[in-house]
Amino acid sequence: MSRVAIIDYGMGNLRSVAKAIEHVATSDTVVVTADPAEVLSADRVVFPGQGAMPDCMRELDARGLRPAVLEAARNKPFLGICIGQQMLFEHSEEGNVPGLGIFKGEVRRFPAERMVAADGSRLKVPHMGWNEVWQKQAHPLWAGIDDGARFYYVHSYYVDPADPAIVAATTDYAIPFTGAVAQANIFAIQFHPEKSAHAGLQLLSNFMSWKP
Amino acid sequence: MLAKRIIPCLDVSAGRVVKGVNFVELRDAGDPVEVARRYDEQGADEITFLDITASSDDRNIILHVVEQVAEQVFIPLTVGGGVRTVDDVRRLLNAGADKVSINTAAVNNPQVVADASGKVGSQCIVVAIDAKQVAPGKWEVFTHGGRNRTGLDAIEWARKVESLGAGEILLTSMDRDGTKNGFDLGLTRAVSDAVSIPVIASGGVGSLDHLADGVTQGRADAVLAASIFHFGEHTVREAKELMRARGIEVRL
Repeated sequence: MSRVAIIDYGMGNLRSVAKAIEHVATSDTVVVTADPAEVLSADRVVFPGQGAMPDCMRELDARGLRPAVLEAARNKPFLGICIGQQMLFEHSEEGNVPGLGIFKGEVRRFPAERMVAADGSRLKVPHMGWNEVWQKQAHPLWAGIDDGARFYYVHSYYVDPADPAIVAATTDYAIPFTGAVAQANIFAIQFHPEKSAHAGLQLLSNFMSWKP
Repeated sequence: MLAKRIIPCLDVSAGRVVKGVNFVELRDAGDPVEVARRYDEQGADEITFLDITASSDDRNIILHVVEQVAEQVFIPLTVGGGVRTVDDVRRLLNAGADKVSINTAAVNNPQVVADASGKVGSQCIVVAIDAKQVAPGKWEVFTHGGRNRTGLDAIEWARKVESLGAGEILLTSMDRDGTKNGFDLGLTRAVSDAVSIPVIASGGVGSLDHLADGVTQGRADAVLAASIFHFGEHTVREAKELMRARGIEVRL
């Protein structure tokens, strides 16, 4: 039995993430918390994020959660989701803000001039819906999930890691972009496992039993 | 490649799924949680709830419905109907909705779209546009189920709500709604080509081919239907199989 903390810094609804984890890890304790001490005492940590990255960074700091996030990312099984993935990088084009800098690289917007489908129609931004996630490295969090399984995405920015070795999955939307990154105890994804039906629940279940 | 989405829509009144027959007789069609779970099992890509509760006293019931569904169905949920303020949006999101759809309130006060998307993010804000053709190649926005004219050109209005921060448009043809004659493909394509945010086609689906037409000819990013799924005529899976056979990328 383990205890997972979902970090709540006031950006968006974390209920869905919490319910999805409770659904797959019935004997574990799930806490949604803004308390740095609770984050630090948890066995594993989920770092979600919604909305715009500048707002997320501001609210994270306003609640004094940055040190706890950095500490948790050093040694606990750590799952970043959506903006919670983007914030791990050095800098974002969205609002031209610095991130936490755990990973080297930039968060970029889908390039407007490239967003054209094969039939000439426009590819919409946000990239919204179910797209294929192509696994680029073997990882315990992919256990039981087919290569190319579809997950639910909704975003206008994506991470562009400086180190290609951390890329755990890519997805194609006009361009191939990084959908997941992994390094040691950190796994971070742009898509929403809590909204991705069976594949998403499988990934969350894998995270809850992951021993990096 | 990104899949085109199929979205079953459930009309909910006072906590029950209802379905209209010829817009008059409302029949009880079950428990929203059960119906939503069935659609999820069939492979629905999202589910939309439209709260048509008449009495304002019963408005909070939708919040409980959303809470219950969100605990058991792990695909995106959109909720619309009677959403007027940023507080309404927040309450629905906190209950477990992923997106909230704003219709009449956006027409009456476009600032609510900007305020809501500024607060909760564009990805959570859908603007529902009900449109009727008024001339060849020209559509006007209507409210109140097609009764009230607004004087707004549908294409201009779509561009406007995009600029205000809407993350998606739910586009319903009031000429086609309930007819089973298929989407207004001209309207769908005109709006889809005019904006860079996703467009959901709605209104008029009577066959599975209509869903595919909405994507291939209407260039919709997603297609929404109610009656063909409710009455057991077709499953979501059948819809996807037909769309795939017609060369459309779907999640199967």
